[in-house]
Amino acid sequence: MTDEPLLRVSALSKFYGSRVGCDNVSFDLWPGEVLAVVGESGSGKTTLLNCLSTRLLPSSGTASYRMRDGQFRELYRMSEAERRFLMRTDWGFVHQNPADGLRMTVSAGANVGERLMAVGDRHYGKIRATAVDWLSRVEIEEDRIDDEPRAFSGGMRQRLQIARNLVTGPRLVFMDEPTGGLDVSVQARLLDLLRGLVTDLGLAAIVVTHDLAVARLLSQRMMVMKDGRVVESGLTDRVLDDPRAPYTQLLVSSILQV
Amino acid sequence: MPTPLVVSDVAKSFTMHLRDGIKLPVVAGVSFSIKAGECTVLGGPSGAGKSSILKMLYGNYAVDEGQIIVSHEDGLIDLANASPRTVLAVRRQTIGYVSQFLRTVPRVSALDVIAEPLVERGQEREAARGRARALLAQLNLPEKLWALPPATFSGGEQQRVNIARGFITEHPILLLDEPTASLDATNRDVVIELIAAKKAAGVALLGIFHDHDVREAVADRIIDVTAFAPGKLAA
Repeated sequence: MTDEPLLRVSALSKFYGSRVGCDNVSFDLWPGEVLAVVGESGSGKTTLLNCLSTRLLPSSGTASYRMRDGQFRELYRMSEAERRFLMRTDWGFVHQNPADGLRMTVSAGANVGERLMAVGDRHYGKIRATAVDWLSRVEIEEDRIDDEPRAFSGGMRQRLQIARNLVTGPRLVFMDEPTGGLDVSVQARLLDLLRGLVTDLGLAAIVVTHDLAVARLLSQRMMVMKDGRVVESGLTDRVLDDPRAPYTQLLVSSILQV
Repeated sequence: MPTPLVVSDVAKSFTMHLRDGIKLPVVAGVSFSIKAGECTVLGGPSGAGKSSILKMLYGNYAVDEGQIIVSHEDGLIDLANASPRTVLAVRRQTIGYVSQFLRTVPRVSALDVIAEPLVERGQEREAARGRARALLAQLNLPEKLWALPPATFSGGEQQRVNIARGFITEHPILLLDEPTASLDATNRDVVIELIAAKKAAGVALLGIFHDHDVREAVADRIIDVTAFAPGKLAA
């Protein structure tokens, strides 16, 4: 176990004019940890995710990331090029809508291979073999490698997006409602797949979801957000089984039983 | 060897914010310790707070007051105030837990559900599966079920998966929440044997057993939880 966190977030705030996006959020994330950020729409969870992944710059606060050389770097002080490099290699971002994270008009294999080329791989045979391997890990048949994602179902597109993100061996993956918009049976399969990959690869992940069942299954730790603020945080099973904040109690009591 | 677990003056209540903030006190002044190689049993009627105490010791319920000192990796940790990361480390290495109900994950086989705690502790997956097979055989779970996800199993079958998952590791502390509630006599006896083996290995066990025969067979000491009723403290 490493004694230093991978990501340190301190007093992060984002305001849109006078409106609050997220307010004064602080936490540490360690390697291998999955943190779920839950709350209803408009609670600021996606704003937080976008700030952390540097797709959006915060109004104030800091976030530092431990690079592969062990040095902490201040994310918002990096150059644009450095941030893009991090995004392409050490990080992944799984969008709710696969079309936002995939190139819909190039083949499945190229979608996976492109990330490899971004980190300097040039050997066609090797890239293709790795792509085949990753497609099989996300349960996409090898004979679909030359098809465009346009021809894939929603669940397959999402699995392809995951393969595209994980192929470079990232250490931190951001996920925005990774199972949103999918059928329940497809959701279960995807969750199980994600859970296996995260454990096997020892990934750290920050997963934004409004679905508490998804949070329970994927994460060890959880933050509950409301109106841009963190109202409760802790171990996922503690927060769900013994919710303390009024808003968390409301969320937990609103789950439909089947 | 230090005492594995010392609980002192622990109190717990639930505040129901959706019900005008009424406060439901559960237990107060909970103080006891458990010893290595012994099985301590929490006794008392339903609703006395036995399960709540176990859940606080596992970090599953928050603690309002008091300390839960656990001996973890050559040090002492207060679980009542530990960070989530520390609680996870304690669960991985020090405190095991057999809950009343199995929380199933879709598509994961019974064998892997059971092997998982060993894999998390760094054991090789195949070796962990081997150990899981041995336990399932001992608990008389039909072999044709091993490769299936336990979601569709009967209550007794799920409970045996749960027991195997809890007993597979060598955690020095093991919490048992009615592990025998839905088992037949043969399998109850197997659990009694498993508990005896844990005691012999120096594990400190703390459990809730409503079954009188099981309790008689395993208990070294019974703690009456009604003594921790919230009203009593003030009197």
